[in-house]
Amino acid sequence: MSIFINSQTRVLVQGITGKEGQFHTRQCIAYGTNVVAGVTPGKGGQVMDEVPVFNTVADGRKATGANAAMIFVPPPFAADAILESADAGMELIVCITEGVPVMDMLKVKNYLAQTNSRLIGPNCPGIITPGECKIGIMPGPIHTPGGPVGVVSRSGTLTYEVVHQLTEVGLGQTTCVGIGGDPVNGTGFIDCLKAFNDDPATEAVVMVGEIGGSAEEDASAWIKANMKKPVVGFIAGLTAPPGRRMGHAGAIVSGGKGTAEAKIEAMEEGGIYVCKDLGHLGRLCKEVFS
Amino acid sequence: MKIHEYQAKELFRKYNVPTPQGGVADNVAQVESIAADLGLPVAVKAQIHAGGRGKGGGVRLAKTAEEVTAAAGDILGMTLVTKQTGPAGQLVRKVLIEKGVSIKKELYLSIIPDRDTASIAIVASQDGGMDIEEVAAKTPERIIKVFVNPLVGIQAYHLREVMFGLGLEKDVMKPFGPVLKNLYNLFVDYDCSMVEINPLIITSDNGIIALDAKVDVDSNAIYRHADVKEMHDPFEDDPAELEAAKFNLNYIKLDGNVGNMVNGAGLAMATMDIIKQAGANPANFLDVGGGANAEQVENGFRIILSDPNVKGILINIFGGILRCDVLAQGVVQAAQKVKLNVPVVVRMEGTNVDEGRRILAESGLNLTNATSLADAAQKVADLVA
Repeated sequence: MSIFINSQTRVLVQGITGKEGQFHTRQCIAYGTNVVAGVTPGKGGQVMDEVPVFNTVADGRKATGANAAMIFVPPPFAADAILESADAGMELIVCITEGVPVMDMLKVKNYLAQTNSRLIGPNCPGIITPGECKIGIMPGPIHTPGGPVGVVSRSGTLTYEVVHQLTEVGLGQTTCVGIGGDPVNGTGFIDCLKAFNDDPATEAVVMVGEIGGSAEEDASAWIKANMKKPVVGFIAGLTAPPGRRMGHAGAIVSGGKGTAEAKIEAMEEGGIYVCKDLGHLGRLCKEVFS
Repeated sequence: MKIHEYQAKELFRKYNVPTPQGGVADNVAQVESIAADLGLPVAVKAQIHAGGRGKGGGVRLAKTAEEVTAAAGDILGMTLVTKQTGPAGQLVRKVLIEKGVSIKKELYLSIIPDRDTASIAIVASQDGGMDIEEVAAKTPERIIKVFVNPLVGIQAYHLREVMFGLGLEKDVMKPFGPVLKNLYNLFVDYDCSMVEINPLIITSDNGIIALDAKVDVDSNAIYRHADVKEMHDPFEDDPAELEAAKFNLNYIKLDGNVGNMVNGAGLAMATMDIIKQAGANPANFLDVGGGANAEQVENGFRIILSDPNVKGILINIFGGILRCDVLAQGVVQAAQKVKLNVPVVVRMEGTNVDEGRRILAESGLNLTNATSLADAAQKVADLVA
């Protein structure tokens, strides 16, 4: 079992003929993802490798039964791409694009709340159910199929680090979700935690946060009240100077809020095993989860 | 992207948000001439991006021509140190000269995106002119927050909630409502990440004037605001950070002595943290991005080495899509070009890692291979100790 995606997921790629879109579509197909369609306006009728390309998401979904979208379009067009997929009825929309204006995301998020579409991202590595389906840019081989650990994270390469360590200590993963580093994103920590809580194959969760906002604090309170499975947490940014955006648009301590210290305290309060030494996260998980 | 107060006020005027009469100057004679045109008294205000200018001595009220000259002479060219500039301070190159206004009451008003509710938040308080973070901490009940759904936009009831919340008199509500609505429109039209007026003045004849103005525009949306892009003041940026931005590198200078180069923002932050845990201090944050190539690494080296405090460098790359052997070749090439004069610890993991380590080991350069993150941090901390 897994959350959000599995071997049945049928993926449509928006921006499939662009440089990034092409490269990562091939990587996903090589991993085993069932990529059934691509969309590039004006290139409908063409074929990218063996994937048929359509002019619109609606056309692609109708023709192929795609139920998940992966978006690789440049930032000025990302909101448009997400909304197009939502209106075409995509159940899952994964937006990899970094640099989407916040105002666009404010509108998108409020619009999506009225639909049945789930958005992951933007500014994220995507989502992977190891051995079944990869929708994103993460390196496939570091993952181990079969669980028992679910991973949810705001970061990209930091998640790879965590997954790599889990694999090294012999802990496989059910699903790994990169929710993205932007201040306003789709699926959040709590959405993923709820899903992991209900997924019989997931026995434990690793949650990776960073400075900025209060998503980790909210998630910690939710965990304290609802979570039935052990959670190991990590927060990046203890040494980040206040008032500076640390690479990710959402990673900023402002007005004394969103500090790593406050998040770690909230996590401990919520009963999360906080890893303070990233070098030994895998080892800690092994201890806590067995 | 931050802009100066005088630039923010240009935007305010465009949106009919009243500001005091005034002008900008970069020399004393110009200040004197603007002050003479406006009529005394005037305020002379240092134009730097950081807040807390008043407490740092960067804002002066001048009642006579002599006081104008003295204030201009003192503020122009001063290195202003405030809570937000850090100890190094910021050189003042321009001042804004504004005609004095009669103040009946000072309010606080700001508009920000609220990430938790995905709405646009209007924040207001009767305690204008004070540090709003302090007000929020000590008397949170004196701060009003009204949330606007961005799909619907600002409605009359939002304005009423703010105005009644502030306890405004009827005569003040009449001008206040349109000002707030205009400010909201500016916020949305210009993709702002913050608009703040502290203080917003109620004048003795019940007018509304923005005495101060802070506008921060979402950097990701700058492409659709050419007029704001032109307002960018490169003097406000750290030169090394500007240089890094040219090469699509995300660099932030810090005050430690261990330079570091990492792919990905989250891993870069975690690497800084682990350097600190090992007993050393990070000299920077540097994210070379997911697809770092030899040129990126070379520029990264140059920028890190431009900081004389750097005594050692830690490279931490999680190779996924970027293969470790390609990265290792990049590191070797770059290290040869920039003539490395400090020890470098390289920790890489991921695709083709064995080949990558072999390339580094055989390069003949002063590179230390680390086997894990913990090992890398300890090795670099020992090297600079």
